[in-house]
Amino acid sequence: MSDRQRSTVWSRLVGRFEIRWRGRRRGRFSPWLWLLPAFFFVSVFLIYPVIATVRLSFMNANSTAYIGFANYKYIFTNPTTQDALLNNVLWILLFTLLAVGLGLLFAILTGRVRYEAVAKAVIFIPMAISFVAASVIWKFMYAYRPEGFTQIGLVNEVATRVGLQPSAWLVQQAVPYTSHVLPSPFHTNNVAIILVGVWMWTGFAMVVLSAGLKGISTEVIEAARVDGATEWQVVRRIIIPMLAPTIAVVVTTLVIQSLKIFDIVWVMTSGNFNTDVIATMMYKQMFNYQDFGKAGALAVILFLAIIPVMLISIRRIRAGGGAT
Amino acid sequence: MTTASEVSDTRPAFSRIILGLRKVASRLPLHVILIVIALLWMTPTIGLLVSSFRPATEVASSGWWNAFQTPFKFTLDNYSSVISQNGMGRSFLNSLIISVPGTVIPVVVAAFAGFALAWMKFPGRNVLFIFLVALIVVPIQATLIPVLRFLTDVKLVGTFPGIWLAHTAYGLPFAIFLLTSFFGTLPKELLESAYLDGASNLRVFLRLVLPLSVPAIASLAIFQFLWVWNDLLVALVYLQSPSKAPMTLTISNLVSSYGTQWQLLTAAAFISMILPLIVFFALQRYFVEGITSGALKG
Repeated sequence: MSDRQRSTVWSRLVGRFEIRWRGRRRGRFSPWLWLLPAFFFVSVFLIYPVIATVRLSFMNANSTAYIGFANYKYIFTNPTTQDALLNNVLWILLFTLLAVGLGLLFAILTGRVRYEAVAKAVIFIPMAISFVAASVIWKFMYAYRPEGFTQIGLVNEVATRVGLQPSAWLVQQAVPYTSHVLPSPFHTNNVAIILVGVWMWTGFAMVVLSAGLKGISTEVIEAARVDGATEWQVVRRIIIPMLAPTIAVVVTTLVIQSLKIFDIVWVMTSGNFNTDVIATMMYKQMFNYQDFGKAGALAVILFLAIIPVMLISIRRIRAGGGAT
Repeated sequence: MTTASEVSDTRPAFSRIILGLRKVASRLPLHVILIVIALLWMTPTIGLLVSSFRPATEVASSGWWNAFQTPFKFTLDNYSSVISQNGMGRSFLNSLIISVPGTVIPVVVAAFAGFALAWMKFPGRNVLFIFLVALIVVPIQATLIPVLRFLTDVKLVGTFPGIWLAHTAYGLPFAIFLLTSFFGTLPKELLESAYLDGASNLRVFLRLVLPLSVPAIASLAIFQFLWVWNDLLVALVYLQSPSKAPMTLTISNLVSSYGTQWQLLTAAAFISMILPLIVFFALQRYFVEGITSGALKG
């Protein structure tokens, strides 16, 4: 359809609609009428549920009696939920650090070649697919057969080629010789799962940082090079400080994503082998244990953890005029 | 730029070639690093694609990187069997049935709200805007239990309308933020002259604001569509019925029941990726804009 055809079709549709509405005057209540549908959705599906969840978190499993802070106490003292909280901390640190670090590196590198668009597209594609599909892709990458059998997962194929033992990456829990010494976030299977998230989100960090890079004047960088600065010095002393606001936006976004992470863990391990995070733990409390009190408390903890990060990023967006 | 190329043009041909070669040589490590990174990033997806076309016996007995040796053994059986036997065909339809209204309704509702917030004068407008946008902070998890109970009470749990309503609400704060900000940037004179000519709010909205906002609406629609299309959690909690499951949910179930049948899992995963990949390649600009501005949500 050409633009013109499209606009006539649109005019005709709109015309019919307008005839029905003609005659109604713009009144005092008009803005509220326009906002009414949004109010309905927001109050029924967001505002009321949050209040109800906070209430549930102070109640017992089937929400028949108030039990004070018992659910919260359980979450912070029980080893399995402690593991989930610690794993989420590992997600925040490792996922954010790797995705931002690699994103910055790729943004700088791709900005220097003519095939920039293609290179960036390749890195960005994983952002398009679902966490579920990405999890299948990587579960297959990590596929494990015992030593002596043909490996069908690429990671173990490479490992055996370079002389290492094949390993069940999603099950393997400890760095060799440290089993039962280190808490769960140091278990290597958590790292293996986090790398999947990094694979997906590096493209996001790269695109946003690359847009920020384009805003840095090339004259400053050229001047530094003329003065004999090495590439590392240019990155360290000029690019990173000047990109700081953009980096902050990316970091806050990634921290929020890692706090809410659910799908990857759910599909790859279902939270087994000490890989649970807050969101998977909440789902289990809700459906497997039917404990709406503990599930609610986990949701509230998640919410409270997100608020400060979000406040920082909203302030940045308002100051900078957009997330990108 | 022009002066530089004019200068080099006056040099003898061979020295220009040597200069060019030197430049390429000095940048060779950069190209190598980039190509390695690009290959590294693509390899997992290529492995999935290749495996989805290999017969079950081959997938189980050799790595997918061996698939390119003669005799070639490729097949479409995996696709036909996941589509017919494992319900991926039905799930593809379900994903569409969920995602299209799950995109259209929030965009329409947000456009109405955004128009009022950007162009109508009423007390408390700014506070209201900030309040609605601040709701981006609410994680879906903090709403799951009460919304599930509510949907159960109104008999909408396990139905498509139920999940449309939920996705609409979850998408709204970000959609309102995006559209209100964009509507606010439209030229004031244009809208005011339309009002002076006696146009109604509805007319200004439909004839001026919407047509002028196509780029923003496109970015938003793509973002919301992919968000709903790729969602697992909302479907997992509110749908609970295999016949209505979208692809993400079906695949997640296949992973737990057919954990090592990689030829099936890879084919199913690829089916779910086709549409996002088409959207990505066809509408790359809107796509990147939509995703980068919407990444905070979720």
